[in-house]
Amino acid sequence: MKRLIAAWLGLLAVLVVSPAGWAQQTIKIGVILPFSGQFADTGIQLDNGIKLYMQQHGDIVAGKKIEVIRKDVGGIAPEVAKRLAQELVVRDNVDILTGFALTPNALAAADVSAQAKKFMVVGNAATSIITTKSPYMARTSVTLPQIDEVFGDWAAKQGIKTVYTIVSDYGPGIDAETSFVRGFTAAGGKAVGSVRVPVANPDFSAFVQRAKDANPDAIFIFVPGGAQPAALGKALAGRGITPKTMKILGNGEIAMEDALKNMGDDAIGIITAFHYDPNHDSALNKQFVADYNKAFGRNPDIFSVGGYDGMRLIYEALAKTGGNTDGQALIDAAKGMAWESPRGPIAIDKDTRDIVQTVYIRRVEKVDGKLVNVEFDKIPDVKDPVKARMPK
Amino acid sequence: MSHTRAIDALRHLAARQRWRPVEVAFWVATLLPFVLAPAYLTLASQIAITAIFAVSLDLIVGYAGLVSLGHATFFGLGAYTAGLLAKAGWGEPLSGLLLAASVAGCFGWLTGFIVVRVRHLALIMITLGIGLLLYEVANRESWLTGGNDGLQGVVIWKLLGRFDFDLYGTTAYTYALAMLLLVVLMARRLIHSPFGLSLRAIRENERRMSPIGISSRAQLHRIYTIAAAIAGIAGGLLAQTTQFVDLSTLGFQRSADLLVMLALGGTGRLYGGVLGAIVFMIARDRLADVNPQYWYFWIGLLLVCVVLFVPNGILGGLARLKPRDTQ
Amino acid sequence: MIAPAVGVIFDGLAYGMLLFLLAVGLSVTLGLMNFVNLAHGAFAMFGGYVAATLMNTLGWPFLTTLPVAFLLTAVVSVAFERALYRRLYRATELDQVLLTIGLVFMSVAATAYIYGTQQQPVRLPAFLRGYTAIDGVNLSHYRLFLIVVALVVTLVLVVALERTRFGAQVRASVDNQRMARGLGINVELVFAATFALGSGLAGLGGALSIEIIGLDPNFAFTYLIYVLIVVAVGGLGSIRGSLLAAVLLGVSDAAGKYYVPTLGSFLIYLVMISLLLWRPAGLFGRRAA
Repeated sequence: MKRLIAAWLGLLAVLVVSPAGWAQQTIKIGVILPFSGQFADTGIQLDNGIKLYMQQHGDIVAGKKIEVIRKDVGGIAPEVAKRLAQELVVRDNVDILTGFALTPNALAAADVSAQAKKFMVVGNAATSIITTKSPYMARTSVTLPQIDEVFGDWAAKQGIKTVYTIVSDYGPGIDAETSFVRGFTAAGGKAVGSVRVPVANPDFSAFVQRAKDANPDAIFIFVPGGAQPAALGKALAGRGITPKTMKILGNGEIAMEDALKNMGDDAIGIITAFHYDPNHDSALNKQFVADYNKAFGRNPDIFSVGGYDGMRLIYEALAKTGGNTDGQALIDAAKGMAWESPRGPIAIDKDTRDIVQTVYIRRVEKVDGKLVNVEFDKIPDVKDPVKARMPK
Repeated sequence: MSHTRAIDALRHLAARQRWRPVEVAFWVATLLPFVLAPAYLTLASQIAITAIFAVSLDLIVGYAGLVSLGHATFFGLGAYTAGLLAKAGWGEPLSGLLLAASVAGCFGWLTGFIVVRVRHLALIMITLGIGLLLYEVANRESWLTGGNDGLQGVVIWKLLGRFDFDLYGTTAYTYALAMLLLVVLMARRLIHSPFGLSLRAIRENERRMSPIGISSRAQLHRIYTIAAAIAGIAGGLLAQTTQFVDLSTLGFQRSADLLVMLALGGTGRLYGGVLGAIVFMIARDRLADVNPQYWYFWIGLLLVCVVLFVPNGILGGLARLKPRDTQ
Repeated sequence: MIAPAVGVIFDGLAYGMLLFLLAVGLSVTLGLMNFVNLAHGAFAMFGGYVAATLMNTLGWPFLTTLPVAFLLTAVVSVAFERALYRRLYRATELDQVLLTIGLVFMSVAATAYIYGTQQQPVRLPAFLRGYTAIDGVNLSHYRLFLIVVALVVTLVLVVALERTRFGAQVRASVDNQRMARGLGINVELVFAATFALGSGLAGLGGALSIEIIGLDPNFAFTYLIYVLIVVAVGGLGSIRGSLLAAVLLGVSDAAGKYYVPTLGSFLIYLVMISLLLWRPAGLFGRRAA
């Protein structure tokens, strides 16, 4: 009899001490990002944002410990992203999924979030429809239409009557063009021509010349980061298009830190629209940039702030639900949340669960010998217009 | 005299077709993940799909001797076909797979006319060029393919009307594994047939073919088409098990990775592609956890070492360890 | 419409010249040694990073980094040739492709590790920046410089090949290796020297390309494709062929983008496939390689 009781006690002890017993005390977050390959820099910056938030705010929320499991998706590989999300849910029992730098990966993993009813926070991927793919998903980054439609509207209101668009021939480029032209023409402007440049494009000369031939008031540009902004800047200057002769408008990518460094003085005067710049003048941002530099030795960028705010959303949602990791509970807690981010005031829309934020209009200027984006105008509380137009 | 020789040849071929114990053991081992690693079934299904893809490339590269850098073209075509069919409303998996194979095979037959006319660098460049062209088309026609974002709304019905493709991957793995078995069985018969033998003859010495009555172009065209169809099956499987298709199914990266897998496992040995796929994908999964940033460095190093020290891949190395009378 | 098109064509020509510098080494070594060296792009990338490091870390002026990029790449390439490539001269094409792809993977990862994945900046001397306007068309000084360098290199190569003894040895080895050996030509040395020269030129091309097409760890892969197109279309072992193919590619690419931009990338691949079908050995290829 004694042995039987001992055996039962032993079993009980094992169950209590075993990981299953402790699971109630840990909240697991799965982070799916490209840590290797072409988009490694994006993934690392986003992850740095996550790490910084955890560094600043500790790893205990609502009395439970936060455990982060990181998985490398390697680049654009939706089947890998979906599989990693599945494995995180099924094998590692994560409660929340986040990361997601790239659209195809986010779209594929959304299925898992919807099926398994897990709270998912997208930290970067910028296509409008992503948040419609799972009712448990929120986004803390940006969508291209969000920026470019109001940018087009703003441009028309500045007295710019005609525009020629040069964009990269792929999803984001076409999105940017469509949104900008929509906003621009709705406010009375006219798009006099457009050209799409191949994504892997080494030479912009011909495209820039076509733009020049059309003689518009302004040129609107979208190219992905990396080598292209600098090459484009040089091509523009080469064909004699400078901000003095024609307004050059672009999506913020072309004026990110690296791009400006490589474009050099050719960039001065370019006007861009974006949701975040490390030089944004607010006390919170100055602190954020200082802490980020101390921890990682470089400036934060849009990816960092997307990851940082994503983590904040997760922490605040968990605090609100008291540590309850049920997908529905978390998303309900997230809806309507508003706070001050290093980029400015942001909120999570109640209906679309997407981010609402301020779009800043900036001009590239030389300040203290360095090229920076100086914010000179802004449009607050911008929602994603594509979803706003969708039938409810 | 020649009559007995013909019978000897056929008997020899038949002997080669017999199942070896190692092979049987392999197939039994493929059932282990169900029991030992049920949380990894999705990974296992993707390995099986890649193995099918690798076998199809081996038919061209290993057996026919044509170096192709654009085999992902057929994979992607199969994937998009299966995906588009499902999106249009017909989500039955098996018929979708058949269509995927047919479309890929058709395109293989069409491009085969061009491909069999060239060798060496021209062949590499043309297969690469065709692949890049199709990628551009898919990118451009985003109204059809979903472009960069990928194909949305792919809904696959239950397999055989009963088995749902769920989060755990059980159905996916069973489906992919069954297809792998079918493909390997088919490849085995092909390789050990007179047709297969003629392919190897062409690979060894093409100039001698027409005097002995083999039209090398026709044979190569045939195997190219078959390999394309099989690659289409692999692509269709991926689309159906993940319910998503995007441009990466057509990309150069996929073709290059496949070639690496084949090199690791050993070309021209039926199971080389399968083994290569298993090693590569498991290594990537494990290494990506440990050291994601520089996984490509290690795989590059492994490739260099394999080529220098273990040419003909792992299976080739193993074969040299075992003394054989014929081979 | 003449003036603007001229500017575009000029830029295309310069771009073609850059491709020529990157590709000529591969054409010669492929034609000479029949060795498919897909790591050629990696050598170009190496030259680029040498120049970038000298400029950005040591503050060297741009022009002095160029010969160093050439020499250092040449030396490193010979090391690879002696240590690795030599073993595979008799191997199958597939093995050569695989070995060199493996080297490319390693070089891309190693470069990302050492330098990070961002773009490398370049600082040009004042006289190379800016433009000269001729008849309303802006001609970039840097592109003029590129064209001049490429033409000088072509001249030197052609003279070396046709007028010097070494050149004669190279030509003999290309035409018939066994015979050349029989005549007492040290074919091994010829291989090594030609390989060094070809890779050195790639390194030079890499350094020159930073200003036009940028430099990051993926360079080894991205430009490999264009280089291969030039070599395949121009014909193996032909300097003239590489020059013509590169110029054709650069100019038709620019013209295509200007007049028919909707064709985009299609044009290059279609042209390449058609040319290769018509002439599988390339425009000036000596044999159906």
